[in-house]
Amino acid sequence: MNLMLGQRQLDRIHHTLKENLIDIGAQSAMLIDTAGNIIAVVNNGSDIRDVYSLAALAAANFGAMSSMAKILGEDEFSLLFHKGERENIHLSKVNNNFLLINIFTNQVSLGFLRLKVAEVINELLGVLVIK
Amino acid sequence: MAFINLKDRIIQAKIVYYGPGRCGKTTNLECIYNRCRNQIHSEMVSVKTDGDRTLFFDFFPFDIGKIQGYDVKIQLYTVPGQVKYNSTRRLVLKGVDGVVFVADSAVERRNANLNSLNNLQENLALYRKDIFKMPLVMQYNKRDLAQQGMDILDVNILEKDLNSSLKAPSFEASAVEGYNVVPTLKKIIAATMAYLEEELNR
Repeated sequence: MNLMLGQRQLDRIHHTLKENLIDIGAQSAMLIDTAGNIIAVVNNGSDIRDVYSLAALAAANFGAMSSMAKILGEDEFSLLFHKGERENIHLSKVNNNFLLINIFTNQVSLGFLRLKVAEVINELLGVLVIK
Repeated sequence: MAFINLKDRIIQAKIVYYGPGRCGKTTNLECIYNRCRNQIHSEMVSVKTDGDRTLFFDFFPFDIGKIQGYDVKIQLYTVPGQVKYNSTRRLVLKGVDGVVFVADSAVERRNANLNSLNNLQENLALYRKDIFKMPLVMQYNKRDLAQQGMDILDVNILEKDLNSSLKAPSFEASAVEGYNVVPTLKKIIAATMAYLEEELNR
């Protein structure tokens, strides 16, 4: 099973990440797969130095949380939120194969971000097709 | 699951170093990291326990240059070898495109090698991957133990135990001395790329 995305699909992904997440103040929005591969990264100009490691750790983090959910008798925890002093990270499941990572400062409302994330996930589901 | 970005012409593939506890998986990655710094543009990530054993994985992305106009990035991972960490091993195997099985040449680790290989087969099957069909390279590590007067398994025994039906390419190696670490990596990258090309042309 391989994933191949063309120009049009990637443009749509970039567009929805930028319009819904970066334009409301998020620093960075990343779409990754659950194996830790990066599908798309959009940011507000403040580059994250090591996106590949971040993606690998985020995928692992999410996988670990899913295993913990199963131990508790839950099907899954569909989102994760880590709060820092300046930066926060929000991870949400798009479907069984993809995760959305958002990095944002305290100036962005978590509730508003979650609302936008839900909209983005709906759009992404229409774009992502596995060959 | 490899990811192919047709817009930016990037291929990302995942190679996992698997094997029993203390067989030298992390040492392999550390050796590659030190020898191939110009192809690695980030720090090596290691999620370890207090006792310096791998808890989750070691990781770094490795640029191998262009293949057919695509920039190829290989994500190198190790799994934790300790038996009790099977759930984290499964997580790391998700989306794997190629495997290096690192066997320990020490005589007393013979059963541990077999158990780990069986465990690999079971865990791959969870992702509907067949160990006989996917890119796999065997590495018989710690050959240097013989110089220290320790008993090591003959390569023929290792081949018979682990590789008689798999018939994967195999290397004798010493990760601490850097012997055959890079050739092992080159072999699994070549096998993985050939496999992906075949998959894409299907």
